[in-house]
Amino acid sequence: MANVEKKITNGDLRSSFWRLTFLQASWNYERMQNVGWAYAMIPAIKRLYGDDKAERSAALKRHLEFFNTHPYVAAPVLGVEIAMEEQRANGAEIDDATLQGVKIGMMGPLAGVGDPIFWGTARPVIGAFAASLAMSRSIAGPIVFFVLWNALRMAFLWYTQKMGYQQGTSITKNLAGGALQKITLGASILGMFIMGVLVPRWTTMKFPLVVSKVKMTDGTTKVTTLDNILNQQLLPGIAPLALTFLTIWLLRKKVNALVIILMYFVLGIVLNAIGVMGK
Amino acid sequence: MSIISVILVLIVAFLAGMEGILDQFQFHQPLVAATLIGAATGHLMEGVVLGGQLQLIALGWMNIGAAVAPDAALASVASAILVAGPAQTSISTGIAMAIPLAVAGLVLTTIVRTLTVGLAHIADREAEEGSIRGVELVQWVGLILQGLRIAIPAGLILAVPATAVQGALNAIPDWLTDGLAVAGGFIVVVGYAMVINMMASAELWPFFFLGFALSAVTSLNLIAMGIIGLVLALVYLQLSPQFNGHSGGGSNGGGSHSGDQLDAILNDY
Repeated sequence: MANVEKKITNGDLRSSFWRLTFLQASWNYERMQNVGWAYAMIPAIKRLYGDDKAERSAALKRHLEFFNTHPYVAAPVLGVEIAMEEQRANGAEIDDATLQGVKIGMMGPLAGVGDPIFWGTARPVIGAFAASLAMSRSIAGPIVFFVLWNALRMAFLWYTQKMGYQQGTSITKNLAGGALQKITLGASILGMFIMGVLVPRWTTMKFPLVVSKVKMTDGTTKVTTLDNILNQQLLPGIAPLALTFLTIWLLRKKVNALVIILMYFVLGIVLNAIGVMGK
Repeated sequence: MSIISVILVLIVAFLAGMEGILDQFQFHQPLVAATLIGAATGHLMEGVVLGGQLQLIALGWMNIGAAVAPDAALASVASAILVAGPAQTSISTGIAMAIPLAVAGLVLTTIVRTLTVGLAHIADREAEEGSIRGVELVQWVGLILQGLRIAIPAGLILAVPATAVQGALNAIPDWLTDGLAVAGGFIVVVGYAMVINMMASAELWPFFFLGFALSAVTSLNLIAMGIIGLVLALVYLQLSPQFNGHSGGGSNGGGSHSGDQLDAILNDY
């Protein structure tokens, strides 16, 4: 279709690298890092779909879907997605579900890597060292902390994004139709699997409501809360799962997402006020 | 304190607020924020030492998944203003006063993260129009809200006693803030539902339920889940008749040839 091959430039990649700094700027309860993600994709979207309003709009919309991971390990995902968008703009058959599947499939496991490495290890180690310098009245403390951390961070962001872009390009570019279909399906399988994993893990629903208090024969009182019933007697995560399906159903009935969200905020406020749900 | 000091302190507070959510440059970490506020007020060394002490306290605070850690940005900024600012409190008093204030300040995080839900929907509308500038604008408004989240309390601490600021934050009714926080814990299902609606097909649903069941009843971490998901995808592709022409499946598969290619690529890694 495309007569002239559309090419992502080094400048685009540098721009995306810088924009990824702001991944969490518009972090929101509903789709979390989605706006920041789209913001980081914009240099690529401009390059590939800049002169086509319909394509540009579709690209912005598909990158405004739910996204959340550790803000640094988002870099390799960004590289891969830019590469896939580039191939798609040049005629490769990569559909929305595949782009989504790769994003979700990578972000979940990578969040599991990024949190313990950066927040759990690197920052405490560098922070404790720098703090000990600072407490002995040395200005070197904060300077070491700031410089070392940012050098590590920027190197990591830049190289993993580049690696993601290169690997993403070579995979999608060199595959014949049948193999690309395989990758497509594989990405969707991984994506759906990880979505299933995230529903109970990244949703917080607590039901401290006391359902029964039973005096045991040994004098102690056995308190049963709604949480106990849902998570121990039924199935952990049953409430987030049910709510997810209610939402899927409402969305398919063409109920406006904003209406659903307002409804859920009211629900949260009311259920918290009457003590059924809690923080 | 001179007017220039006040302005500099507010700029540092704004930076700390932005970084409190971005978590990139670390302007919100006690070491950096307290040092900068010390420099702004002309009491650099007090800021450095306070930063060191508070950093050790804050070491355990980290953002994991969707959970909200104690507000490091507000704790750093508030205690630094108390210690290095006109009040000149001792370091231990400054920390003791700032931490409850930072806990009360979590209310502001809840409020901003709720307001940004609305922003995300404005971004949707701009995307509908294909307006790149519109999406970018939304992004900047979100960031400014996060900056103000710390800059406003910082300005108030400069003007009135810290206890009054804490009192004002606590005056926001619990039913509202707790309710928003409770709703904030599950509003994300709307985000999930949109993604699932985009990806779902009869072929893929079983994988969703398998992921859910494994996640709900085991304590396997996300890395292990990623490995399981990847293995499932590979095994499924190997067995799927769609990609194995010789086993009587569809005619659209690339047959064993494409399988070899996939193997070749995987072997490269």
